[in-house]
Amino acid sequence: MSDKILMKGNEALAEAAIRAGCRFFFGYPITPQTQLPEYMAKKMPKIGGTFLQAESEVAAINMVLGAASAGVRVMTSSSSPGISLKAEGISYLAGSDLPAVIVNIQRGGPGLGGIQPSQADYWQATKGLAHGDFRVLSLAPAGIQEAVDLMGTAFDLADKYRMPVMILGDGILGQMMEPVRLPDPVESLPEKPWATTGTKGKRKHNIVNSLYIQPEALEEIVRARYERYAQVEANETRVETWLCDDADIIVTAYGSTARICRNAIRAARADGIKVGMIRPITLWPFPSETYAAHVPHTKAILDVEMSMGQMIDDVRLAVGNAVPVHFFGRTGGVVPTPAEIRARIDEICKEA
Amino acid sequence: MKEYNILIAGSGGQGVQTIGKLMTEIGMENGFEVSFIPSYGPEMRGGTSNCGVNISEEPIASPLVVTPTDLVALNLPSLDKFESTVVPGGNIIYDSDLISRKPARDDVNYFAIPFTSLAEKLGVRANMLVSGKLLGVTGLCAPEGAESTIRALTVKRPALFEPNMKALRAGYEL
Repeated sequence: MSDKILMKGNEALAEAAIRAGCRFFFGYPITPQTQLPEYMAKKMPKIGGTFLQAESEVAAINMVLGAASAGVRVMTSSSSPGISLKAEGISYLAGSDLPAVIVNIQRGGPGLGGIQPSQADYWQATKGLAHGDFRVLSLAPAGIQEAVDLMGTAFDLADKYRMPVMILGDGILGQMMEPVRLPDPVESLPEKPWATTGTKGKRKHNIVNSLYIQPEALEEIVRARYERYAQVEANETRVETWLCDDADIIVTAYGSTARICRNAIRAARADGIKVGMIRPITLWPFPSETYAAHVPHTKAILDVEMSMGQMIDDVRLAVGNAVPVHFFGRTGGVVPTPAEIRARIDEICKEA
Repeated sequence: MKEYNILIAGSGGQGVQTIGKLMTEIGMENGFEVSFIPSYGPEMRGGTSNCGVNISEEPIASPLVVTPTDLVALNLPSLDKFESTVVPGGNIIYDSDLISRKPARDDVNYFAIPFTSLAEKLGVRANMLVSGKLLGVTGLCAPEGAESTIRALTVKRPALFEPNMKALRAGYEL
């Protein structure tokens, strides 16, 4: 018997969170991520944790804020429209320097959109999630094993930098099943001397707050936060490169789309076309340097997304005008096929 | 390299997802890389349901099954929708009790089997017959290769182990 078990992405994310020490989950159901809260509802009561289905996404994220203030490992999950509802609370988490993990299993948008897989929340996850100067560290797993591994990372990074961390998946990742090797449960969690856990009369009380009426005070605290963000950018960027060293064309994609691109790249390589791939694993911080490093020996970049083109902005910022950056995308819940991507690669070959 | 891209399609309630998960588990137990992806959404409720299974000696890239090597069609809409997507030289297994029209292609292998009536006659579940046939057509493994998977799936109701193996063997020999 292998020690791997077959798990659905949503359920594997939930189990990985529990093994990472998460004992509080607040959420609200929405397709295609509902199996995650379902799993939490079954499991949390058995291990002394708390699962609570809130009356709304807004309530759920504010429960996350409360639990995070008390220093426990806490998470919520949703899908695109639900994340928009949580946006205010995520800004408050950032403004209060609170660690929490937020899972977004993206579906088609905007508005209620659809329920099929999409990557149209890239801008939201990496740039304008809500009001104010703040960042969310965004992790984009391409498979279930990676999702499980990144869940532990997400909690660790959230605690280390005292900031919200998002796992950005999509309906494919949430719904598919793959064999996974689950990590051992964590045994000790980092101390959180800032948490509001009661002073027992022995220390000055801690305050968790995001309101600073004096502009100078607020500027100072935001600047201090940005120093931490600079540390995140310096230390936490993650990226996978594949077959890039001799590549004439570099395909770039994240998450499930990168898996589909891999088929197209294998097929192109079999026909002697030199194609490689850059797959960002952290979307913020974005692995700009990896692109810059490969620009001198490549002729073109093809950005592939399940959106109208959002990550491509960051790709263009990374490569400037050094090489042309092409795009192929499907949106609204339509998933690109390997053949479509291969056809775009062939077109670019002809142009180059 | 052995690689199977299997698409299983039918009506909600026919056990389409069960067949898919079973093949995925069997593939995993036999040392292959595997992935399983269901269709999801309102079409599942009383309408058509499908799932894609990849079984390969190499790590699975795309989990989607766009051009299957093997198609199982358990109702007419499924055959109509997916018949043309099968790779040349691929296999199409379908329930001839539920699909009466003639095959449309001459570059794939058809296996027309009256699963529904056979299951009734043998007193077994049709989806296990289909699973057995799929093992045979793909050559993934003999029914014995599925024993540990079936045992794990029936661990809480061990009395179901033998009837399921019987159905799987019967399907394999069809």
